[in-house]
Amino acid sequence: MADFFYNTAVGIVILTFLQALALLVPLLIGVAYLTLAERKVLAAIQIRKGPNVVGPFGLLQPFADALKMLMKETIIPSGANRILFLLAPMLTFMLAMLAWAVIPVNDGWAIADINVGILYLFAISSLGVYGIIIAGWASNSKYAFLGALRSAAQMVSYEVSMGFVLVTVLLCVGSLNLTDVVRAQQTVWFCIPLFPMFIVFFISTLAETNRSPFDIPEGESEIVAGFFVEYSAMAFALFFLGEYANMILMSGMTTILFLGGWLGPFGILPQLGVLWFVLKICLCLFFFLWIRGTMPRYRYDQLMRLGWKVFLPLSLGWLVLTAGALMAFGWLPNV
Amino acid sequence: MNDAVNLDQKPSSKIVEIDSHAINFGPQHPSAHGVLRLILELDGEVVERADPHIGLLHRGTEKLMEYRTYTQSVPYFDRLDYTSPMTQEHAYCLAVEKLLGIQAPERGQWIRVMYHEITRVLNHLLNLTTYALDVGAITPSLWGFEEREKLMEFYDAASGARLHANYFRPGGVAKDLPVGLTERIAAWTETFPKFCDDLEELLTANRIWKQRTVDIGIISPEDALAWGFSGPPLRASGVPWDLRRTQPYDKYAEVEFQIPVGRNGDCYDRYLVRLNEMRESVKIIRQCLAKMKPGPVKVQDRKFTPPTRGEMKRSMEALIHHFKLYTEGYHVPAGATYTTVESPKGEFGVYLVADGTNRPYRCKIRSTGFAFLQATDLLCKRHMLADVSAIVGSLDVVFGEIDR
Repeated sequence: MADFFYNTAVGIVILTFLQALALLVPLLIGVAYLTLAERKVLAAIQIRKGPNVVGPFGLLQPFADALKMLMKETIIPSGANRILFLLAPMLTFMLAMLAWAVIPVNDGWAIADINVGILYLFAISSLGVYGIIIAGWASNSKYAFLGALRSAAQMVSYEVSMGFVLVTVLLCVGSLNLTDVVRAQQTVWFCIPLFPMFIVFFISTLAETNRSPFDIPEGESEIVAGFFVEYSAMAFALFFLGEYANMILMSGMTTILFLGGWLGPFGILPQLGVLWFVLKICLCLFFFLWIRGTMPRYRYDQLMRLGWKVFLPLSLGWLVLTAGALMAFGWLPNV
Repeated sequence: MNDAVNLDQKPSSKIVEIDSHAINFGPQHPSAHGVLRLILELDGEVVERADPHIGLLHRGTEKLMEYRTYTQSVPYFDRLDYTSPMTQEHAYCLAVEKLLGIQAPERGQWIRVMYHEITRVLNHLLNLTTYALDVGAITPSLWGFEEREKLMEFYDAASGARLHANYFRPGGVAKDLPVGLTERIAAWTETFPKFCDDLEELLTANRIWKQRTVDIGIISPEDALAWGFSGPPLRASGVPWDLRRTQPYDKYAEVEFQIPVGRNGDCYDRYLVRLNEMRESVKIIRQCLAKMKPGPVKVQDRKFTPPTRGEMKRSMEALIHHFKLYTEGYHVPAGATYTTVESPKGEFGVYLVADGTNRPYRCKIRSTGFAFLQATDLLCKRHMLADVSAIVGSLDVVFGEIDR
């Protein structure tokens, strides 16, 4: 049996498919419950109850929402480019799923444990901007177009500083493999020695996923809904799912790079593995929601200033500092 | 094509004009505050020109009033600026009282002043929190609505309606406060300052909030006066002009309160001025509660205010008064008045011309927001698109009042 799965072409395809299912199904359920969690957390912040009618504690609410989305009509504006208009949400959703291929949820539990894991993640998350730009352009609406422009500028700017943060981590690890990144944190999680980078990275992930306070591409009070203003039904739902899957992905990335992935704090209960990983993701996600509940939105130019004039020099400086310290004390990892 | 023709033509160079593009900001826009329609000419994201269009909520209030008796017109004032109903009733009632030459009794005046201030808090809560919503902070609005709900219950208790109260009358108020209401209001004045602190915690020192509002939409005191500003936007520019102080009506001369004044005239100052006004309003409400004595709440002249139900059962004359008041109304002696109150938004004026009949000959309403709205272009010019919603939010425009 093992021989079939590992050594025949058909077997490998089936195995990969099953692995992908084993990852994506919980992920999509996670996305569904993230929407519920968001509404519940915001409700708690705003002294409300949140969804509590569909199912016990509103637990079936995400499925009711999904069902509603499926039943709605997909409206395509007459001026829109039909093919691109429909392609954009699919692209966004697909990319959000694709990135998960390299995420190790436990020691050795990655669908593709490739040696350029970080690069792959970085590339996929950079591609995410295409979905948005295509959506904004294909909608043939000024609001959508403005949203797409904002989004493109925003994602590009924050990727630069994110890249430097990644390089800093890489210097300490000596490998681009995500499993190695986590293993390197056995003694101390990187969020402690690289604390400023941790903060920069977390804030950049907020910007990267277009979340509050950087939700200007969809800034409701300015450009109504931004790039997906013309979308409805499942096309809209795919954007929505993509955004939330991206949030989970970015939290996963933060967890792997800075919070020790599947490792328990102080090495306690290492057998929990996946659970630690999920718990840390939940913590990050809670911060996402908490920030959304308390912060106003940045303005477009302020966001740019923060990205280019604050985060970029800071991350670059810290990169040089880290490299210098590693060299000076001979702490460079043996590659 | 031959050479001879070519010589006649201008050299075939292509002139490309890069135009600013216009977007339609509203009326179906989440931060259009009702039915504001702004045509924005944008250069990228920078606003070159903001052109406000009005009239989408026009209901012909002023004309309708010419066909109603004086009492029947009171509810129209609730429906002008629907976020501050009673202050507008106040202006109208004062105008009619001035023409009639009557004055509300002590208790009626105290109740009116108290509800005037409750209305101010009601309005500022809605404005500040939706303004925050326009800038992207979603939580204040839900906190604010919680407090607003309490205030609307006070409305409900006194008038029977949460929003369109129809409580003030020329000559006083419709009926006395129900038993126990003053205690509930007093209890609320104890908890409300804490709410203001909580709200400030979310916004006042928040870096993003300050980045979004400080130095945005600045208007100088001279400009503010020239554009007919009043109320918080004028005071935020540093002009300490408040009609409650400069020409006190009802019991405002007998209460102590401060007038918060800003310095820069930007969005942040307008926010601070409103926030501090709410705190001052609470002080005024407390003083009203303390100084209110039992007594009649409306003038006892049955030519202007209806008799009680019990009286009507006993006295034929009272019954006739009641009948006359509710069919024909009272006749107001010929004359004209321009009466203003300091509504939460600013100077709200009623210009009333009476011709001796039971209906106004003409009523012109000075809406506060109209003056703010006409300065939108001045305020928004060379600001980013995102600032437009902050500026419009900070001006506190409500279309029920502007379109009338």
